Amino acid sequence: MTTQASATRRTRRKTIPGTGGRTASVFLIPFFVLFALTMIAPVIYAIGMSLFAERRSGLGFGGATVEFVGLGNYVEVLSDTTFTDGFGRLAIYCLLYVPTLLAVALVLALLLDSAVAYAKRAFQLLLFLPHAVPGVIAALIWAYLYTPGVSPIVKALESGGIGIDFLSVQLVLPSMVNIAVWEWAGYNVIILFTALQALPREILEAARVDGAGEIRTALSIKTPLVWPALGVALLFTVIGSLQLFTEPKILSSATTAVTSTWVPNMWAYDAAFNRNNLPQAAAASIILALLAGLLSWVVTRFTSKEPTR
Amino acid sequence: MTAVIDRPASQTPTPVKPIRSHRPRATSRTAAKVGVNGLLVLGSAYMVLPLLWLVFAATKDAGDLYSGNAFAFGTDLVANLQRLLAQDDGIFLRWLANSILYAGIGAVVGGFVSLMAGYAFDKFEFRGKRGLYASVLVGVLIPNTATVIPLYLLAASIGLTNTIWAVLIPTLCNPFSVYLARVFSSGYLPAETLEAARVDGAGPIRSFLQVGLPMLVPGFVTIALFQFVGIWNNFMLPLIMLQDRDLFPSSVGIALWQSQVQQNPEFSTLVIAGSFVSVIPLIVAFVMLQRFWRSGLSAGSVK
Repeated sequence: MTTQASATRRTRRKTIPGTGGRTASVFLIPFFVLFALTMIAPVIYAIGMSLFAERRSGLGFGGATVEFVGLGNYVEVLSDTTFTDGFGRLAIYCLLYVPTLLAVALVLALLLDSAVAYAKRAFQLLLFLPHAVPGVIAALIWAYLYTPGVSPIVKALESGGIGIDFLSVQLVLPSMVNIAVWEWAGYNVIILFTALQALPREILEAARVDGAGEIRTALSIKTPLVWPALGVALLFTVIGSLQLFTEPKILSSATTAVTSTWVPNMWAYDAAFNRNNLPQAAAASIILALLAGLLSWVVTRFTSKEPTR
Repeated sequence: MTAVIDRPASQTPTPVKPIRSHRPRATSRTAAKVGVNGLLVLGSAYMVLPLLWLVFAATKDAGDLYSGNAFAFGTDLVANLQRLLAQDDGIFLRWLANSILYAGIGAVVGGFVSLMAGYAFDKFEFRGKRGLYASVLVGVLIPNTATVIPLYLLAASIGLTNTIWAVLIPTLCNPFSVYLARVFSSGYLPAETLEAARVDGAGPIRSFLQVGLPMLVPGFVTIALFQFVGIWNNFMLPLIMLQDRDLFPSSVGIALWQSQVQQNPEFSTLVIAGSFVSVIPLIVAFVMLQRFWRSGLSAGSVK
């Protein structure tokens, strides 16, 4: 009792009156209750569930029994080729999407930042517009723009003698990358453009006096200086790309090239709702969350090694 | 390009430089203007043309959609909207209302919860602050979709699936908003102002409500805007949690219609008209609230 009391008194004295833990908790409790309910508890529950499996008796009568299988579900998920194929596709998707998105966003941001660009605010607004479009609708618009017969793009290419099926097995993945780039490029343009605008003008002036042209300044001076902002954009892009679900789910209604287990998220959805194997769905989600954590950590490590603020 | 040529040139005898750079400079400046703005127009066209296509497509019936000029107006906008509103006894309006309800409550309540937490992280000193804040950042880094199925499993175990709570409660918790709120609180709200309120005898809660909150309104609007759009756009959570069509938000409803296009192409006009109607309020909001999303994006890029 006495030690506890003296401990509180000590913390009280260290801080400004009225800003101690007790007051802070009034402000923090709502958020952390929600945090515990919607992020921590589900993950713990899913981990627990993933360690068990339903076993039906040999004859199929008498209902199922639940038994502890340890990491058995993880082994089964990871050895299922439809799951690992999905991961392969997700990996290719990330490798195509992340560099394309960042390159497009950086180039557009540098163009906007260039001294000769007109109507910067209007261009920013136009570039950002697709971000206001819900993912489902973005995927739908592009699904139509990829469908022969409806699509003006396919029609134009055909009249030029080029026949391309954007929804074929070979092209559907790049087609999906295009949808995601369309949705997210403008968002990242604004982030990078804001960072570019905040660069000290003296440095850019010095580069100009030294005879560096616009392109040279953009590539060897501005780009390295906005590295921290690029790092943040990279981190959120990587996390975002692991979420891939909406676009393939919508495109799967327009083409058979996208199967019901096309990416890990769809695999988990299919496990839960079509195959009724909740423990495996739980295991797949945990695998994805762990991978996301690992990748975020790698990206944070990698980007913070570079020049920091 | 000129830079690459100019650099070595400056080491060679001076007369060379003026001759080489006088006339080309003027033309290369025009070339740069045309090039830079041309590329920006191209980039903007890539962003805007698909949206324009949606606008044109919303004015056509199924026949026109599959034939004719994609970038020309049809004559069926009113008919399409009437069909949209009439389909399944006007269920689309219900979906739209659900979207507004989920996104509105999520944005206002969730935004306020995050604002309080971000304010406390910025202005208060307490034990375990670093650890708690680190957990918020971990929350930012975990992709939403990775927790959706665990959330479903938990909600199913307590019988909460297929209720509005199943889609509402998860959206109230947004770690990224807490992060934004902390950035805004330290940027907009000088500690001295709060100190002054405290000297005047206001308690910490009163000084938050009467002094802090009014100064944080722009930050709150930004956070609420981002949450609103995030919830409006959310697809996987409502898709998984809800089975009752009357509870669907517009995203899930439109996707349901789209899944029927294969059997009945007539549904494509419903899908397009529905997409058109549900995109318009968001675009209007974004154009009108430019100041807020700009400040949100610049705050979000601070590491």
